Order: sequence, then structure tokens, then C-alpha cells
Amino acid sequence: MIAESGAFALLLALALSIAQVALSVVGRVRRSATLAGAGEGAALGAFLAVGVAFAALMHAFVVSDFSVANVAANSHTEKPLLYRVAGTWGSHEGSMLLWCLALTGFGAAVAGLGRDLPRGLRALTVATQGLLGTVFLAYTVFASNPLIRLASPPVEGRSLNPLLQDPALAVHPPFLYAGYVGMSVVFSLAVAALIEGRIDAAWSRWVRPWALAAWSLLTVGITLGAFWAYYELGWGGWWFWDPVENASFMPWLIAAALLHSAVVTEKRGALAGWTVFLALAAFTFSMLGAFLVRSGVLTSVHAFAVDPTRGVLLLIILAVTAGLGFALFAWRAPTLAQGGMFAPVSRESALVLNNILLAAATATVLLGTLYPLIREAMNGEAISVGPPYFNLTFTPLMVALLVLLPAGPLLAWKRGDARSVVQRLWIALLVAAVAGLLALAIVSPKKAFGVLGVALGGWLIAGALAEIAERTRAFRVPAAETWRRLTGLPRGAWGMTLAHLGLGVFVLGAVFETTWKVEAAEALPTGGGLDVGAYHLTLDSVVPVAGPNYDADRGTITVTRAGERVCQVQPERRLYTTGGQSTSEVGICYRGLSHIYLVLGERRDGGTYLVRAYWNPWASLIFVGPVIMGLGGLVSLSDRRLRLGVGRRRETAA
Amino acid sequence: MRLRALIAALAGVACLAAASDPAERLPDPAQEARAREIFRDVRCLVCQNESIDDSEADLARDLRQIVREQVKVGRSDADIKAFLIDRYGEFVLLKPSFSLGNLALWGVPFLVVLGGGVMLFARLRNRAPETELDASEAARVQRLIEDETP
Repeated sequence: MIAESGAFALLLALALSIAQVALSVVGRVRRSATLAGAGEGAALGAFLAVGVAFAALMHAFVVSDFSVANVAANSHTEKPLLYRVAGTWGSHEGSMLLWCLALTGFGAAVAGLGRDLPRGLRALTVATQGLLGTVFLAYTVFASNPLIRLASPPVEGRSLNPLLQDPALAVHPPFLYAGYVGMSVVFSLAVAALIEGRIDAAWSRWVRPWALAAWSLLTVGITLGAFWAYYELGWGGWWFWDPVENASFMPWLIAAALLHSAVVTEKRGALAGWTVFLALAAFTFSMLGAFLVRSGVLTSVHAFAVDPTRGVLLLIILAVTAGLGFALFAWRAPTLAQGGMFAPVSRESALVLNNILLAAATATVLLGTLYPLIREAMNGEAISVGPPYFNLTFTPLMVALLVLLPAGPLLAWKRGDARSVVQRLWIALLVAAVAGLLALAIVSPKKAFGVLGVALGGWLIAGALAEIAERTRAFRVPAAETWRRLTGLPRGAWGMTLAHLGLGVFVLGAVFETTWKVEAAEALPTGGGLDVGAYHLTLDSVVPVAGPNYDADRGTITVTRAGERVCQVQPERRLYTTGGQSTSEVGICYRGLSHIYLVLGERRDGGTYLVRAYWNPWASLIFVGPVIMGLGGLVSLSDRRLRLGVGRRRETAA
Repeated sequence: MRLRALIAALAGVACLAAASDPAERLPDPAQEARAREIFRDVRCLVCQNESIDDSEADLARDLRQIVREQVKVGRSDADIKAFLIDRYGEFVLLKPSFSLGNLALWGVPFLVVLGGGVMLFARLRNRAPETELDASEAARVQRLIEDETP
């Protein structure tokens, strides 16, 4: 009964979304506040209805109702509660429902929080959001309905892939989807503004909070995924340039570019056309990601069971929505004002350079992901595009961006002074040089790229701090005055500093980990030992243990350094009884920022176990950095100036 | 869904860094290090997106053995890669070749930078006109000023 209510609610949500579009559009055309208000009510109703459908599916997973096809295919009674709940979004159909939940949720948020937007713009934004909701809800209802019943339900479900039964992964998709779909609001605002024909500083200010929220959520989502890959896949990798990862990375890059160009549009009225273009592109890349991972076009070797018609439908949705958005852009963009002028050395120029490099980086990721398909379609030749390609293209672009980064915030709008920027950054330059030299002197083996990377990380961190010091006139005015200025800084400024600082922290971690990681592997008998870096490991014992839905070998490994005990970890090798897959549960010993990463391998002849060990220096920073960045986004989001409608109130006052 | 595909992509990676298996290693550490460098550029053909350095698949094991043997007899990196391409096609290399067919792949990122640079340059150049008034505008401003101050 509950599943049927859910299915009904989903259909109701579709109807409400259609009503949302119709009411909002008619409300806009007739300039009727009542009709537009009814459209907003429909948006809220659609969200609640999808919420009911989502709760119904979650209920079916929690009580293991195998008469629901989706539950039977993706759950199992022995699975712990958390993973039964997470199973709701663990499959294609369920994740599509999560997508719709986020989409209607953002629609309701625009309707609810957008009270201070100009009426016309608000009605059209709600209408566009409703149109997106309609399309994706129709797809979910008719092509991938998760609430369909089975005629003859099985006694037991087929369970969720054991690699996915992990706390980080349970919460990873909600963040990721909220980030992906958050871009839809930006898309809708862009479409609405193009129709209204007014793109100005105020519009830019309304776009920013949504872009910030979506970008921050996406940052956290991607980081969770990377962290999961790091500790679950068992060889310490955290980014593989896998098409699926690239699919989530492209909207992130575009959103980052958008956040920067929106500043220029807001403060200087320039780049309006480009900002709108990015606003449209961000959600287009989100949809591209949704298509790529569901269509199966990228999984050529491992036939990953996806119905091709579903892929085609998603491709049509992508082509039509993005196509309409960009057609509207092509039609309306030439009428946009060019905005204020600026000199070659200015904040505007720096932000344009930022956008050029981020756009090129996105192009690199896009090409790297799709080029094998293009080549194959053109002349049937199969090629591979792997990490070496990205190291040669993406990395230099990013390095150029990061080298320029600290200068940007210190440049004045309109006309900056290069010499004064250098004067303000010389300490950061010194810090970078010292960091590089220290790395050269202390860390072995000596590696040029590693040293340069450490210098770059130091440059970014010191540059971000130098910017704060400059704003507060630290060391040039009395400490009390600096403190007053520090506490008076707007949240937006803090957000930017945190985001740039986090990037520097990430660079340091990534450089250290990739350059100086140490690897060792040996088949060890119980009591046997192995050296990794400065540490010595002893395999004390291996005992069988039984988990809720798996059997495992649990190794106990003691780590010592110069004869002194450092820590003891218990990596496991698990065999999941349903499905028969084995996974390794790595043991990580945290030493400051660095990790000793231990994997228990298979049992070998003569009772030995293959033990792999990695010394991953400063690996924690790889994940801490992006978290700081995401936090920066949230801090910036809390800035009073970004609250919706503030701009409009100011306009009416003026 | 994304993670599922990732799993599919990384199928069989549960006990990875297969290449570090002591049973497979070459006795000479320098040669072993060179072999590992090559592994990172060679695709495990039956896997979705893994190098043979990472994959546990049987084919990856075989390829590692081939590469190690060739490293052992002193063949150069280029020779070994040419041998692999000969046998499996360009698909086997994770780094696409700098060939005509891959021109767009390698060129477009830098074209985007170039194009963006040109557009920025053009934007910076055409700022002059707006700062000056033409004759009729100047005359109008003059008239307006005169109107204001009778």
C-alpha cells in the first residue's frame, strides 16, 4: 500500500510540476500575482509529493519489501540499517528519484526564498524550474520508476555491491546530487533573465548564493567520493581521471568559473553575457554527467546493465533543455550591455584569466572523457585517454591558474598596479621559496616537481594570508586596529580566503602524497615483518571474524618506529556471502598528517598473507583542503550582502 | 548511478596495486622501477579504466610479465610500447599518441586559452572609443551645460 501511495505521489508531483509551469507562465504574461503565487504553491506541492514518494521508497528498503522490484534488485535483509536506507539512492532508479527530490526541492526553495526577486523574474524562474522538474519527473515516472511492484516477489534480495556499503558512500550521493541539481536554479535564473532581457549587477547577486551553495555541496560530495576511493579500494589512490569522476568534476570547474565571473558582473557590470553562458553551462554539465554515467556509453568493456533507451531519453532531455537554453542565449545575448571598461592589469583581467584557464581545464576534462567515443565514431579506431593525458594538459593549466591566483584579490578594480601587488606579495613569495628549499633540503628522494609543488602550495597559503593581512593592514597599524578590521571583514571575504587557503592545503597534500609515497609488499607469515619508509610492520595474527553479512580474515598489524610501538591496526579482507564479492577493509594508522596505509591481501601457499603497506605523507591534507574550500563557500553564503532581495531593497531605497 | 559505474570501472580492484606483488618482481630494483613506470602508461585491456599497474586481472598479469621480460633484456621504453601497440593497437596506451587523429585532443585546451586570450585582448583594446565624445555629443553636452547655467 505504501509503495502504491509513493507511486501515486510521484505522478501527482508530475502533475503539480506541469501546473507550476502553466500557472507561473500565465501569471507572468498577465502580470497576475495570484496566478504566480499559485505557481509557487504548486512548486512547494511538487516537492512535498516527491518527498512522499521518496519516503515510500525508503520505507520499502528499510522493511525489505521485496515485492518492489527496485528493492529486490538492490537490497538484502542481512544488510545493516544504514545501508538499507542508503540503498534508496543506491540504484539508477532510486538515484533518479533523489535527483527529482533535489530538483523540486530547489524549485520550492526558489519559490519560498525568492520573495524579494522582481515579480517577473521570479515567476519565470519558478516556471523554468518547473519545466526541468516536469521533464525529469516524466522520465522517472515513465522510464525508470523505482516504485514498480513485482508480480512474484523473491524471498531474498540481490543486495547492494559490498564496496558501496560504506558510511562515506551512504552520504556521498545526497551531497553530490544536491550540488549537481543546485545548478538548476542558476540555469533557471539565467533563462528567466534572458527572457526578461535584464542581466545586471542585481541579477548577478541573486545568482551567487545558489551557485555558492551548489558548488560547496558538490565540493563536499566529490571529496567524500575521493576519500571513499582512497580507503575502500585498497591501494591509496584517490583520483583516477575515471569518466565517472570527470562527469562530476566538470560542473564543479564551471561553477568555480561562474562564481568568479559573477563577481565581475556584480561589481563592475561587465562580462554579463559570459556569466549567463556559464550559468547555463553549469547545469548542462550536470545533466551531461547524469547522462554519461547512466547511458553506458563510457563503459564499453564492462557491460554495465543499463537500458540503452533510458540513455537515449536522457540524451534527448539534455539536448532539448540545454539546446533551448543556449538558443535563447544566442538570441538575447547580443543585446546585453558590455559593461565597464578595465585596464590590462586589473582585478577584472585577473578574473577573466581565471575564467579562461578554468574553461580550458573543463575543455580538457570534457575532451579527455569523450574523445575515445569521438575517435571511435569517426573512424572506428579505439584509443585510450588516461591519467598521463591529464597530467600533460590539465596540470599545466591548473599550475598557471594557481601561480596567478594570489595576485587576483590584491589587484584593484578597473586599473591595478602590478608593482604594488608584488610589494604586497613578497612575503608570500619568500614563504614559497623557503617551503620549496626546505622540501629540497629535508625530503628525500629529491624530486624537482615535488619541490616546485610544495613551493606552489606555500605560495597559495601564504598568498591567501597576505591578502587578509593587507585588508586588515596588519603590522602597519596597532594590533587593536587590525583586530577591529579583522572582525569587521565581511563573511564573503573570509569565504574567499578560506577557499583559496583550502586549495593551497590540497595542493600541498596532493604533491606530497603523489611525489613521496612509499610502497612495500611482502607475503608474510604470522610474526613476519616488513619495512615501509621509516616504519616497521609486524603481522601479529590473522583471525577469522563474522560480520553481519560477510565473513572476514582480520589481520592485526603492529607498527613500530626505531623499536618503539607506534600503533596497531586491523585491516580485513571480507567475503560477502551474498554475491560472493571480496573487498578489503584497509587499516590506516594516522601519524599527524600522514598515513600508514595497510592492506591485508589474499592467503598464499604456506600460510602466508600478502601484506601491502604504503607510507602516504601528508595525505590528510588532500581531503582537508577541499573541506576547507567547501566551508569557505558556506561561510561566504552566510554573508548578509548575499541574502536574497537585499539588492532589490537597496534599489527601491535609492 | 555514478558510484555503480565507478565500481564497474574499477571492478576487481579490491586488492589493488597488483604490480607490487613480490612474486612478480624483477631482482634488479632499477629495472623493476622502470617496469613500474611503464605499467602506469599501459591499459589493462579488459578493465574499464585501469593501468596494468593497478589491475589484478589475469591479462594485466600477463602484460606485466611481458613488459618485465622486455625490460630485463634491456629493450627501451619506446621499443616496448611500440611492441604493445603492434600487438593490441593504440588502445593499449593510456597516453594517446601525438598523431593527426589526436590533434583536437591535444590542441583544443591550448586553443581555448589562445582564443580566450585573443578575446580578452580585443576587449581591452576597444575601450578607447567610449571615453571620448564625438562632435555632436560634445555640442549637446555644451548645450546642456549652458541650459543649466542661464
